[in-house]
Amino acid sequence: MPAAVEFRSVSRHFGPASAPIKAVDGVDLTIAEGAFFAMLGPSGSGKTTCLRLISGFESPTAGEICIFGENVSNTPPHLRNVNTVFQDYALFPHMNVRDNVAYGLMVKGMAKAQRYAKAEEMLALVHLDAYGNRKPGQLSGGQRQRVALARALVNEPKVLLLDEPLGALDLKLREAMQDELKSLQQRLGITFVFVTHDQHEALSMADSLAVFNDGKIAQIGTPAEIYAQPKTRFVADFVGSSNVLPPMLTQSLGGPAKWSSLRPETLHLDPTGALQGIVTSLRYLGSGHRIALTAQGQDIAAILPTGTPLPEPGQEIRLGFTPDALHIMDEA
Amino acid sequence: MTAILPAKSLADRLTTLFWRKPKLLLALLITPPLLWLGVIYLGSLAALLLQSFYSIDEFSGMVVREFTLKTYGELLRPQNYDIILRTLTMSAAVTIGSVILAFPIAYYAARYARGRWKAVFYLGIMLPLWSSYLVKVYAWKLILAKEGIITWAATKTHTNFLLDAALALPGIGGNSLSTSYIGMFLVFTYVWLPFMILPMQASLERVPTSMLEASQDLGATRAQTFRTVIVPLALPGIIAGSIFTFSLTMGDYIIPQIVGNSANFIGMAVYQLQGTAGNTPLAAAFAVIPIVIMLIYLSLAKRAGAFDAL
Repeated sequence: MPAAVEFRSVSRHFGPASAPIKAVDGVDLTIAEGAFFAMLGPSGSGKTTCLRLISGFESPTAGEICIFGENVSNTPPHLRNVNTVFQDYALFPHMNVRDNVAYGLMVKGMAKAQRYAKAEEMLALVHLDAYGNRKPGQLSGGQRQRVALARALVNEPKVLLLDEPLGALDLKLREAMQDELKSLQQRLGITFVFVTHDQHEALSMADSLAVFNDGKIAQIGTPAEIYAQPKTRFVADFVGSSNVLPPMLTQSLGGPAKWSSLRPETLHLDPTGALQGIVTSLRYLGSGHRIALTAQGQDIAAILPTGTPLPEPGQEIRLGFTPDALHIMDEA
Repeated sequence: MTAILPAKSLADRLTTLFWRKPKLLLALLITPPLLWLGVIYLGSLAALLLQSFYSIDEFSGMVVREFTLKTYGELLRPQNYDIILRTLTMSAAVTIGSVILAFPIAYYAARYARGRWKAVFYLGIMLPLWSSYLVKVYAWKLILAKEGIITWAATKTHTNFLLDAALALPGIGGNSLSTSYIGMFLVFTYVWLPFMILPMQASLERVPTSMLEASQDLGATRAQTFRTVIVPLALPGIIAGSIFTFSLTMGDYIIPQIVGNSANFIGMAVYQLQGTAGNTPLAAAFAVIPIVIMLIYLSLAKRAGAFDAL
């Protein structure tokens, strides 16, 4: 069975050929059908360009893009069987919600009664049954997001692309929408590809993700793999703000002379612990305390659960961890 | 106890007052221009409206200051009615011509022109407005004349037959371009085009690229996107531009005098009636027509949803 989306050494360069800006640089990527796939990375890492390559708003400078086995590198956006939920939702302000949702069916020539029935069905799916007659300007951010979702899904796309779908929502709404997106995807079984710079969002929603850096994929894997076994310093640092330890420090903790990562929450106070440092600051997080310390000139963070006795700033402490918490990376 | 705050000067007191009562400052700032607009502008308009309800005594030629609809009745006389119809048709044609010409230019400027090209665009649009209107109209008269550059170019390229065919068209043709309605249409369109391009460009600029992409993404072809997204969203700008081109054409009295077959237009009629003829009431009644037409036009546009995207 062909993959939902496949990138074969795809590059997208901007600017002059003599000094190109490599937005996407030789990316190989396979997204399985029915996956909830996240593209995670800082801004400018190439994740959004990759999404636009799938939707067809960018063409690859080199390489091939296949959707369900079909090479679409030269197919214009309106002929691809994918739909996008835009970052700013891009709802048409001059149409009401129902016409917005029915737009894709309208341009394909579906009769009015039929397309309105389908639009209402989709609006019900995103819990906006009663909002068909409203204009997008009369909706809240979260409601607009749902309309954008319904407008894309009504076309029954093979792949749904979401560009920073929750970026404009406040925290509470974002968490509610995360759950809703996830359950929607499981119910519909459509392949979802979403772009985000928020590692929590990527880890909690996706079943697999790609971490982008400088136009290349730094690592692909399940959230658990990426979180526990980052391959590079960049991944360790970007995903879950891990402590990245230089080879010297790794060695002094009993590891090989390689870069390693150590999750803040795997550390605990231990008078016989291997990691010794001076506390520089304490920060209350609600569920715990974040303790910053310096050990051998390196900044280390530890998260201690609420209820444990806390050290004072300036105090020298020792921290322990289970041996498998220290993850050795390939980088020497 | 010593004062914490420094002593207040008069200016401090004033800024404090304005800070406490922001509406006072607004009122002070806005009153002079409002007076200007209200008294001089709307006041003279009211005076005009008033005049149009007076009539003229046909024997003495004196204005009779009694309210009557007689003057408006005179507008329906065939000769006056023709003037109105002619002006209306020309204004509509100029507006449609301007929309068609302006759209690609405005679209390019809004979507593609960046940096230096944007400056070139604004300069290109505004430059013709810097020179005198009369100079431009007379220049066009020479361009369109029988001995002018268009006839010359047609002769040299052996496309005379095209020009002759255009001039042979009944109603809008004529002896030469400069004495035909076609010529007048060209001059009007040239002169008012910037007033169409600028509001159109402003409204197109406000259409986010993502909206066009969304349309494409949902399966619309370029033509469908144009029809269902771009035009409706640009409509407020098109309407604003058409208000300019339409009302400017309706009120103009110079171009119909210089170019064309000296058939009368509303502007010319007003000019003649209030001047030599001394028939101010009829001139006023003529002048009310464009206002009424614009009001009808705007209410129709509103009902059609032209301002929904605002």
